[in-house]
Amino acid sequence: MIRDLVFVLLALLTVVPAFWVVFSRNIVHAGFALLFTLVGVAGFYGFLGADFLAVTQLMVYVGGVLVLVLFTVMMTHVPAVGRRRHGLDRLVPPAVFAAAVFGVLYKVITVVKWNVGEASTSPTTAEIGTQLMTNYVFPFEYVSIVLLAAMVGAAILIRERSHAGSDDAIAEEKQEARP
Amino acid sequence: MNVGLPHFLTVSAVLFALGLFAVMSRRNTVAILMGVELMLNAANLNFVAFSRYVQRGIDGQLMAAFVIVLAAAEAAVALAIVLALYRNYGTVHADTAQSLKR
Repeated sequence: MIRDLVFVLLALLTVVPAFWVVFSRNIVHAGFALLFTLVGVAGFYGFLGADFLAVTQLMVYVGGVLVLVLFTVMMTHVPAVGRRRHGLDRLVPPAVFAAAVFGVLYKVITVVKWNVGEASTSPTTAEIGTQLMTNYVFPFEYVSIVLLAAMVGAAILIRERSHAGSDDAIAEEKQEARP
Repeated sequence: MNVGLPHFLTVSAVLFALGLFAVMSRRNTVAILMGVELMLNAANLNFVAFSRYVQRGIDGQLMAAFVIVLAAAEAAVALAIVLALYRNYGTVHADTAQSLKR
């Protein structure tokens, strides 16, 4: 009974702000609604016994990705003047497609007889650590290299360029730097 | 109501459909990115739910951890691109980014 109540509360915490994320006109509001959705998903991880993932979700998504998103929203604020409103013809095809995808997913979920096993409730953090250092050591290293490459790429992408960023200006700069 | 696997999958499907709708309908690049994050979270929720209820191994949770790491990398690069777009075009609407070279 308590489980059902917690599940319903978590589902509301996740899904209602998700609607707000999608349908809000104000991008800042959408960002803050995304905060609640991510916290709700972290709650689901905890509910499912994935305590390590719940904390990771809070630290990486809420503490990292969401801060980045809000930071970008603040830095690229486009004034609302002259903004075109969404036409209905622009909204209908995505709505139909998304509803169709949801319909197919829901049909699959309800039709398939899932081979549900006995649920275990033991903490999994130690097991995850062991697996990362044994069976998953190569994916672990690959993903760390990908992360490093992405960070370097992001830093290069947003670096300030002299002379309004034209390639010719950079080439000239290199020429001048040469003795 | 006995909470089981289908309930988690349904919540995940709702999140995925909402993310898909955001990606297809929004014009603001940051809003599109938020839709992508919603879809990634839906996939992650599926991984963890299956890991708990069906397979009873730890692999699903490890996959979810990798997805979280890759989503962080994706967000960093995508937001860098958005900032570069804003610097070059003065707007973050996806429709305006139509040329490869400024």
